[in-house]
Amino acid sequence: MKTYNSMQRVLASLGHQEPDRVPFFLLATMHGAKELGLGIKEYFSRAEHVAAGQLRLREKYRHDCLSGFLFAPLEIEAWGGEVIYYEDGPPNSGQPPLGSPEEIRHLVPPRLEDATGLQRTLATLRLLKQESGDQVPILGVVISPFSLPVMQLGFATYLDLLGERPDLFRRLMTVNQEFCVQWANAQLDAGATAICYFDPVASPTILPRELYETTGFQVARETLARIKGPTATHLASGRCLGIMELLARTGTAAVGISSHEDLAEVKSAAAGRLSIIGNLNGIEMRRWTPHETQAKVREAISKGGEGGGFILADNHGEIPWQVPDEVLMAISDAVHTFGRYPLTPNSTP
Amino acid sequence: MTDPMLLNRELETALLGLNKVATRRIYKESGLTPTGFAEMVFMPVLDSIGDKWEKGEVALSQVYVSGRICESLLNELLPAEGSDLKITPPMAVAVLEDSHLLGKRILCSVLRAGGYQFTDFGQQHLESLVTRVHSENIRILLVSTLMLSSALRVKELRRRLDTAGLKVKLIVGGAPFRFDASLWKEVGADATSPTASGAISIIQRLIREVEDENL
Repeated sequence: MKTYNSMQRVLASLGHQEPDRVPFFLLATMHGAKELGLGIKEYFSRAEHVAAGQLRLREKYRHDCLSGFLFAPLEIEAWGGEVIYYEDGPPNSGQPPLGSPEEIRHLVPPRLEDATGLQRTLATLRLLKQESGDQVPILGVVISPFSLPVMQLGFATYLDLLGERPDLFRRLMTVNQEFCVQWANAQLDAGATAICYFDPVASPTILPRELYETTGFQVARETLARIKGPTATHLASGRCLGIMELLARTGTAAVGISSHEDLAEVKSAAAGRLSIIGNLNGIEMRRWTPHETQAKVREAISKGGEGGGFILADNHGEIPWQVPDEVLMAISDAVHTFGRYPLTPNSTP
Repeated sequence: MTDPMLLNRELETALLGLNKVATRRIYKESGLTPTGFAEMVFMPVLDSIGDKWEKGEVALSQVYVSGRICESLLNELLPAEGSDLKITPPMAVAVLEDSHLLGKRILCSVLRAGGYQFTDFGQQHLESLVTRVHSENIRILLVSTLMLSSALRVKELRRRLDTAGLKVKLIVGGAPFRFDASLWKEVGADATSPTASGAISIIQRLIREVEDENL
């Protein structure tokens, strides 16, 4: 059988074809720091570190993407928010930069050129592109205009705003969309192959479908249409089944799946309209044995792999720092052993 | 009094429809006292809504708003001095090393709607949390986390509390505990619940245990 490079493998699968094997993304944003012997804060302080970390991880685990994503609160830092670093986890956002919803009236999007953290992401993407050319997909990430307010305002204040202040909600979406489109297109210009549209608030885990349809769905449709490259939507461990048909209509090509949903059921609901990415449980993964890891990978492949349209990954889009290298290696070994197309009964646990 | 099953169904519909007016009307027509209504209607209905969220049948925003509506109505109905609140061992709620407060906010609403007395410690670092637990003689502590690294810090919290000789029942909740069903045991908690309303039956059990220890 023809051997594919990572770009060909991923594109074939997203085209609902079976390449040589199931593609897989190890979205280990922090493990590069371990590879370089650095702490998390120091690792994220330079684009050269992150690019080197990503390249080493791919060489070690033979997975099918590189990621220019550093961490989510970099976006909120650009809006004047605070980033809090931890020694053993991803940086977190601190107090929301908007003290009150009324501040939305005067809100303007930050300029990309003024945001040093975002510039570091763009520099990372350029380095990754320089090193990998067109052989490997490079992922860029944006927080959706609809989900960013969780960090801009705080979750409870945002839910109150959604229900009670349609005027301020609309203005906030307009401002956030301008930023999101610029940020996504800048990442594509810097070398990203595709953009992950991170939209956890869209999930039926967080909002009723009816409310999403009149709010976040419209925002996604408008925003994705202005992003000049392919997109995949990630709900960050949230369920997607209840809005599958809406997600397909946003123009996204793929969706990240929660470990709380059955992969076979989601694959069936996607029905060739969307590819699916997931859904290994990143939190549990921390304590999997090699045997359990292999069984989980085989189960996911057996449920999602047939006919392509499937990329194996974790369920959140960010593998926890605590997941040991042995587990990542066991995932890789299992995909390379049991993920070869055509899948056989031996692929299933 | 209206049939309790019917009452609960009506209230659940009102809450999921975010209908404050209907919620108030259902209370008035129930003929129950505020605390009776909290115990017999609010609690089972919030519990049912929490279960539905866990099964993927309703959304977190509905859980949040339902809790707020119940909390707000009960705050209006109960005497300001809180004389009708349940007498419990000192109890507190905190978010450990995180700025994401929605989980704690929902938990506080459920506890208030259930008529429980507790202290909201807000966001806490490990050191300050141990200090407050000590100084306020807390016997039941509910800790909410969002990040895995914060959830794992509960292990150190447990160790510090034990080292200080503080007899505290520790209930943990939040996303990491929902995605790893055995994490609460690993960090040395006494219990966990996937939903805020599910914490109520755990609290009732732990209150009895604390009272037994005090005998």
